[in-house]
Amino acid sequence: MSDLTRRRLVLGSSALGLGGVLGSALGSCELIENGGPRRSGLYGLSDTLTLATQRFLLRDQPLVREFGPEAISAVFPTINTTDPDDPAYRRSKAAGFSDWRLPVSGLVERPAAFTLAELRAMPARTQVTLHACEQGWSAIGGWTGVPLSHVLASVGLKREARFIVIRSVDGWWDTYDLFDALHPQTILAYGMNGGDLPVAHGAPVRLRVERQLGYKSLKYLASIEATDRVDGLGQGRGSMVSELGFSWYAGI
Amino acid sequence: MAGREGRSIPRHPLWVRLTHWISTGAFLALVVSGFAILLALPRLFWGETGANAAPAWIVLPLPVNLEQTGWGRNLHFLAAWIFVLNGALYLLLALVSGHLLRRLAPDGDQLRPRHVAADIRAHLHLKGPGVASRYNVLQKLAYLGVILVLGPVMLLSGLTMSPGVTAAYPELFTLFGGRQSARTIHFLAAALFVGFLLIHIWQVLANGPLDLMRGMITGRAARAKSGPIQAREDVR
Repeated sequence: MSDLTRRRLVLGSSALGLGGVLGSALGSCELIENGGPRRSGLYGLSDTLTLATQRFLLRDQPLVREFGPEAISAVFPTINTTDPDDPAYRRSKAAGFSDWRLPVSGLVERPAAFTLAELRAMPARTQVTLHACEQGWSAIGGWTGVPLSHVLASVGLKREARFIVIRSVDGWWDTYDLFDALHPQTILAYGMNGGDLPVAHGAPVRLRVERQLGYKSLKYLASIEATDRVDGLGQGRGSMVSELGFSWYAGI
Repeated sequence: MAGREGRSIPRHPLWVRLTHWISTGAFLALVVSGFAILLALPRLFWGETGANAAPAWIVLPLPVNLEQTGWGRNLHFLAAWIFVLNGALYLLLALVSGHLLRRLAPDGDQLRPRHVAADIRAHLHLKGPGVASRYNVLQKLAYLGVILVLGPVMLLSGLTMSPGVTAAYPELFTLFGGRQSARTIHFLAAALFVGFLLIHIWQVLANGPLDLMRGMITGRAARAKSGPIQAREDVR
């Protein structure tokens, strides 16, 4: 990990203060100070406690367990969108995703739009990990892709960038602070279990955020944007599922 | 009010009463929200993996409902924070004040096989304790089991389902034998916890509920119980 990355991670973790915790439970808790996702009420309080505690436990950026290929599950459920009906997506799928592009924009020095071939040409990482869904099921899958940190480094992440906004073809969107976005196991996966990523699992490229529940690992990636704050997006809660009442941070 | 009552004696200190009722509220919230979360996958597995389409160890006779996890998870983790922090405070105070050793640990004589056997017989015959100067041995072992075994098992098996906590402490997977094993143990321990609660409530109802409730709310209670009184060899 580069010094820049390390410094950002340290800054990222220290920015999580007890401020949110001490903030009035009747008001709104800022899960991460200065522009992070917000949540009001008692659940904002418990979410902030959980995030602050887990960031402390994970301060040395450990990796999650990785298994051998023999551990890969026979049953790996697919939920929510399993085949987007977006017309552009359908055309792209018919063309083998040869015309697919992943724009990376926002607070970066050199905005770019990567093809699938360009992502495949980048340094790859394969990880066989346990996927845990908030519904209670879990399955082991093997994922191959390029670390998000590499993609962000290749476009030159600006110093003021603190969050990564990721959008999906099916309208899902989520945000990640650099603590998770730059983690070595946070990858843009184009392969699963040794083959291409199946459509039901998010082809051509999905995100893997291994230290959080499955709903943070968005499928069908459409765009990546670096930003300095996320409180202006949507309702300011940091993600689409947060607006449905789920926690922005899904480390538990 | 207790002060005006000449015939009442102190029963529970304030910190016991506060932590008792806070844990009661948090526990009920945990049971209700835990049940809501369970409905998304009312099946139990051993090992690391499991899903609605995967073979299960036990299929609970419950309808699958995927729509209850949002509020369920929110309430579960808020209540879990309250339950755990409150429980840690209780344990600390119980250790420091000597409460754990004086009131909850069985006395030497209570651990003699003859005494334990007599206590089991008394329970099986549904004989109330009468005027007791201390908890009976089965009661003490039940309290200690919940505080020192069941509580920590609930917490640790719950944390084993957390991808964040297990990234920091993968040993938890080894301890429970995998994520789904931890989920199954979390459920079984919750069932034991509910069993304890039902027996606890039944014992209160059977042994002078008004006076016992008064004791746990105001801290003072009448010396004599209002329930059926049995003379017991261990009453001093």
